[in-house]
Amino acid sequence: MKSVFRLTAALTLLALLAACGSQPTREVPSEPDPGTGLPDRPSQPIETDRIDPANFADSRNLENPDSVLSQREIYFEFDRSDVRAEYLPILRAHAAYLRANSSARMLLEGHADERGSREYNLGLGERRGNAVLELMLADGAAERQIEVVSYGEERPVCRQTSEACWERNRRVEIVYTAR
Amino acid sequence: MKLNSFFATTAISLLLALAGPVRGQLQIEIVDGVEGALPVAVVPFAFGNAEFAPETPMHEVIAADLQRSGLFETLPVADMIDRPSRPPEVQFGTWRLLKVDYVVMGRWIPAGDGINGEIEYHLVAVATGRTLFSRAIAAGPGVFRLRAHQIADAVYEELTGIPGAFATRIAYVKVSDAGTPEEMFELIVADADGHNPQTIVRHSQPILSPAWAPDARRLAYVSFATGRSNVVIQDIFTGQRDIISDERGINGAPAFSPDGRYLAMSLSRGGSPDLWLRDLQTGRMEQLTRHHSINTEPAFARDGRHIYFTSDRAGQPQIYRIRRDGSDLQRVTTEGRYNSRASIDPSNGLLAMVHGERARFRIGVLDPDSGRLRVLSNGPMDESPSFAPNGQMLLYATREAEQGVLAAVSVDGRFRQRLVLAQGDVREPAWSPRMQQ
Repeated sequence: MKSVFRLTAALTLLALLAACGSQPTREVPSEPDPGTGLPDRPSQPIETDRIDPANFADSRNLENPDSVLSQREIYFEFDRSDVRAEYLPILRAHAAYLRANSSARMLLEGHADERGSREYNLGLGERRGNAVLELMLADGAAERQIEVVSYGEERPVCRQTSEACWERNRRVEIVYTAR
Repeated sequence: MKLNSFFATTAISLLLALAGPVRGQLQIEIVDGVEGALPVAVVPFAFGNAEFAPETPMHEVIAADLQRSGLFETLPVADMIDRPSRPPEVQFGTWRLLKVDYVVMGRWIPAGDGINGEIEYHLVAVATGRTLFSRAIAAGPGVFRLRAHQIADAVYEELTGIPGAFATRIAYVKVSDAGTPEEMFELIVADADGHNPQTIVRHSQPILSPAWAPDARRLAYVSFATGRSNVVIQDIFTGQRDIISDERGINGAPAFSPDGRYLAMSLSRGGSPDLWLRDLQTGRMEQLTRHHSINTEPAFARDGRHIYFTSDRAGQPQIYRIRRDGSDLQRVTTEGRYNSRASIDPSNGLLAMVHGERARFRIGVLDPDSGRLRVLSNGPMDESPSFAPNGQMLLYATREAEQGVLAAVSVDGRFRQRLVLAQGDVREPAWSPRMQQ
C-alpha cells in the first residue's frame, strides 16, 4: 500500500515537472478561473487529504486549493505598487517554500491595466514585481531564486472596459519555473 | 540622377514586398469634416495609348489624399464635363460653373522602352486662369502610387504653404486572436493611406513602441521574443535586425535623435527605469537620469539637445525635460494628474501626450512656449500620439467596443478620421518622417 502511494507521488511529481518543462514559451490561460486564479492544474487529481495545507515546504501544496501556496496572484490599486496586507500570507507561504526548496525558481510577472501609456505601464508592472520580490527576500527567499519580468499592459486577463476588469489586470503572477 | 532615384525606389518597393503582404488593410473613414474646404478637381491622368495602365488610377490616389487632409473637397469624376491633361486644354468657364477653384491634371509621356517614362502634372487656378505649376517626375510600373502621393504633396504645399505628408508611411502593431493561445503580434508598415500593409516582424510574444529613424527606413521597437524585453532596430527593406539592448529588467521606449546617431531608451538595469543614451556609431552608453522613480518614454526635442520624458518622481506621471547630457531637469506639464508619452511635432515643436484626468485618458497637445494645453480626443483610453511630419495631423490609438482602432485628428481639432481593421486590434501608430528621395 505504502509503495503504491510512493508510486502515485512519483508520477504526480513527474507530471508536475512535465508541466514546468512546457513553461518557457509561456501560455496565458485563455479563461482564468476567477475562483482560485490557479494557472495550471495537473490532469491527475491529487490526494489532498494526505497533505497538510500549512506545510509550505511540500510542492504538492502548490496545487492544493486548500493551501495558501495554490494562490499565485497579487492585485494592486491603480498606479500603485504597494502590496495590500491581505496578500502578505500568500507571499510568506511562497517565501517559505523557496526557503525549503533551494532549487525552486520563480518568475514574478508584473502587469498593469490598459489605461495610460504602455511604456509607463511596463515600468509600473516591474515596480509591482519588485515590491513582491522585496517582501519575499525579507521573508528569507534567496535573490537567485526569483526573477521579475514586466509585461506592462500587454497581457491582460480581462479585456472589457470596466473597473471590475481592470482590477484583475493590475497584478503580479507568481510562476514557478522550477519546483 | 533622376533615373537613379527612380530605380532605387523600385528596388525598395520590391524588397518591401518580400516581407509578405498582410491580409486586410486599414480602412480610413472620415468622422468630422471641415467647413470651407477648398473645391478642387483632380482630372483622370491621360495615359493615351500606353501599353499599360498604372496599378491604381493616379487621380483617385491624389483626390483621396487631398480629401483626407480635411482641407479640400474634391469633385467627383462623373461631374466633370471635360478632361484636360495640359493647361491649354482647360475651359475655365466650365470649371467656374462647377464651382471648382483649382484643377489638377497630368499625362503619361513614355520613354523609348515603352515601360518607363515620365508623369507630367499641372495645377491651375480657375479664378485667375493662371498655371501655378507644371512639373514632371520619372515613373514606371510599381511606383505610380508613390508618384501620386508625391503629386498630392506638391498640390497641398502649393495651396496651403505647408509641405504635404502623403508620401509617408505609418507603422503600427496589430494583435490578432487576442487572449487566445493563437494570439499573434505583428509590426506592420503601410503607406500613410493604409494601403500596401507589410508585416515587418511577427511573434506570439508582445511587440511594442515602434519608433522611426530619421531615414524613414529603420524602425526601433521593443520585442519580447525571448520572453523578456529587448530593444531592436530593424531595416524595413533588408529585414536586418540588430538587438540594441538586452539588459536585465526593462529594455524599452526607444527614440532616435533627429540626426539618427543616438538612440534614447529606458532601461531598468540599475533597479528602476532610467533614461539611457546609446551612441549607435560607437556603441557607447550614457546614463541620463538617476532616480528611483519610473523614467521612460524619451522623445528628442527638434534641436536634438533636449529630451522630453515621463517620470513619476513627484508621485504621478508627468512630462519633464532634460538636456541631452542629463543636466537642467525641468518639469513641463502641470495641468492634470497624469501626463505621459510625449511626442514631438517635427515641424512646429508642439508636444502631444497622453493626458489623464478623472479616469479618462485623452490626447493633449501642449504649446511649450505659451504653456497652453488643448485636449484633442474624447477618450476614455487613448494613447500613443504621433505627429505627421508636417505637424498638421496627429495619429493615436483608441478603443471602440473593445477593439483597438487608430484615429487621426487635425492639430486644430476640427477634422477627424478613424483607421479601422476589419479583424484584429491595431495600436501604437508611428508616422514616418519624409522618405528620402
